[in-house]
Amino acid sequence: MRGMTTVEKILFQKTGQRVRPGDIVIAPVDGLMATDTTAPGAIRAFEKMGGRHVWAPERCAFVIDHAAPAPNERIANLHRFMREFARQQGIRLFEIGEGICHQVMVEQGYVRPGYLFTGADSHTPTYGALNAFACGVGSTDLAAVMLTGKIWLKTPATLRIRCHGQLRPEASAKDLILYLTGKVGISGATYMSVEFEGEAFETMSLASRLCVANMTAEMGAKTGFVHPRGLKLPYFFEPIEPDPDAEYVQTIEVDIGELPPQVAAPESPDNVYPIDRYIGTPVHYGFIGTCGNGRLEDLQVAARILRGKRLPKGVRLVVAPASRSVLLDAMLDGTAHALVEAGATLITPGCGPCVGSHEGVPADGETVISAANRNFRGRMGNPRAQIFLASPATVAASVLAGHITLPPPGDQ
Amino acid sequence: MSKVLRGHAHVYGDNIDTDRIIPGKYTKTLDAQSLAEHVLEDLDPEFRSRMRPGDFVVAGNNFGCGSSREQAPLALQTAGVSAVIARYFARIFFRNAINIGLPVLEIPEHDIAQGDELEADLADGKVYNHTTGKVYQAKPLPEVMLRILQAGGLVNYLREHKTF
Ligand code: SF4
Repeated sequence: MRGMTTVEKILFQKTGQRVRPGDIVIAPVDGLMATDTTAPGAIRAFEKMGGRHVWAPERCAFVIDHAAPAPNERIANLHRFMREFARQQGIRLFEIGEGICHQVMVEQGYVRPGYLFTGADSHTPTYGALNAFACGVGSTDLAAVMLTGKIWLKTPATLRIRCHGQLRPEASAKDLILYLTGKVGISGATYMSVEFEGEAFETMSLASRLCVANMTAEMGAKTGFVHPRGLKLPYFFEPIEPDPDAEYVQTIEVDIGELPPQVAAPESPDNVYPIDRYIGTPVHYGFIGTCGNGRLEDLQVAARILRGKRLPKGVRLVVAPASRSVLLDAMLDGTAHALVEAGATLITPGCGPCVGSHEGVPADGETVISAANRNFRGRMGNPRAQIFLASPATVAASVLAGHITLPPPGDQ
Repeated sequence: MSKVLRGHAHVYGDNIDTDRIIPGKYTKTLDAQSLAEHVLEDLDPEFRSRMRPGDFVVAGNNFGCGSSREQAPLALQTAGVSAVIARYFARIFFRNAINIGLPVLEIPEHDIAQGDELEADLADGKVYNHTTGKVYQAKPLPEVMLRILQAGGLVNYLREHKTF
């Protein structure tokens, strides 16, 4: 019998079935999460399903992160609706300012290696950095998990991406995943699981691994895994590795030793080019944050570039730490101070301007350089603004210059 | 389910993402009607005034990519769209649509044009283009999805069956 890919192994552990791509299974779930975009709909659907008590409240989490603090009464009331349901059901609710769902779930240990986790948010595959099978679902699917503790899944085929070589100091994990997203394309991994392997990942921090797994959502993938070799977590775990004779739909081999910094140009995260093509493009607004690049190492990189400098007139920078814990660390080590002193606006830990629900909407005709993961038209709340995606280092260097530019060497 | 849908086609291209179906700034609501008011507004500002209840949204590859917002199929459904036809769909959108009872038909090759008059038979997945006379066959749904769609969505399905 042929070997198993990571996703097949986890499904085997959960269901006892040897599955092949395309097989449909009903699997028990280890945990679930919903946000202020998706929880209200999930609660409604749960109630309409006749649900009274959620399956395993201790395995459920709600996070108020997408429009937090509430910008208007409508959203304030949705938040209250979530809080009330969470209190009645004994579900842990992470309040405004506690952070982005995907960062909080990792920090608080809601997701662990080997888990099958469902999140009502499309970037749920982020937890593939933790060796967990995590997939994004909509509100009604999530309600079904709240009710039954189970989900039906089609076993995904697996696309393997093998990277050869180490990244140059001026290229970061974000540059790598932007490049790979450009290569695979926005629908290149639709319905698939993506597995990343190669020496470059083995020395990557958890934050960088999360950034890589995060953008498998931009390839259309159902889930993604960064090979666990070298993964360090604050608790003991058994890594789940693919078998040597596992079957892949395709293996993409890439040399990454010469990879330059990348940008995704408007209006799609797979519209990716080496930064050269856009050097000199004026920018009005930089954003550092999100479940892709709002972690301590991202803020530190930006602070190293901006320390002791001032943003030029007419250019602004918004920084949203991925969690309260990231913010506290950034306050302790001087990172937050350096950013604010340089002229950055530090906002509530959470999604910030990423999805255009509240603060930080760009004006008509403005160009944004953002460390987020999506740049679809209208993404940040204004269809007449254009968004470039890049690494935190490129964002910091570009706002300082007033135009897209290479980060200084050695500053990733 | 012996449901036959009839309406005109509103045709769009590839990779229509959920931010274009319903921008994130409108999604924080439980009021489906308010979603419908903004459906597709950045992509096709005329859509709302042009479409008639029962019409089809027809697209190319990867319809519904991007966020997991169920508000996207809900906005289309509430606006009166009877079904979405695409060469293929992004996976979360596909699941969400079935879960709320919005039929989605995957037709890998089609040349349906703006305004074509369509008839879809959900029982056998056949789509008739009365403007051109062509007939297309949609890919069959997996058994579990078919049961959910037949129940009218996942809420009804679970209210009835309690579990999967
Ligand atoms: S930070 Fe952006 S991409 Fe991540 S969960 Fe929030 S809105 Fe979604």
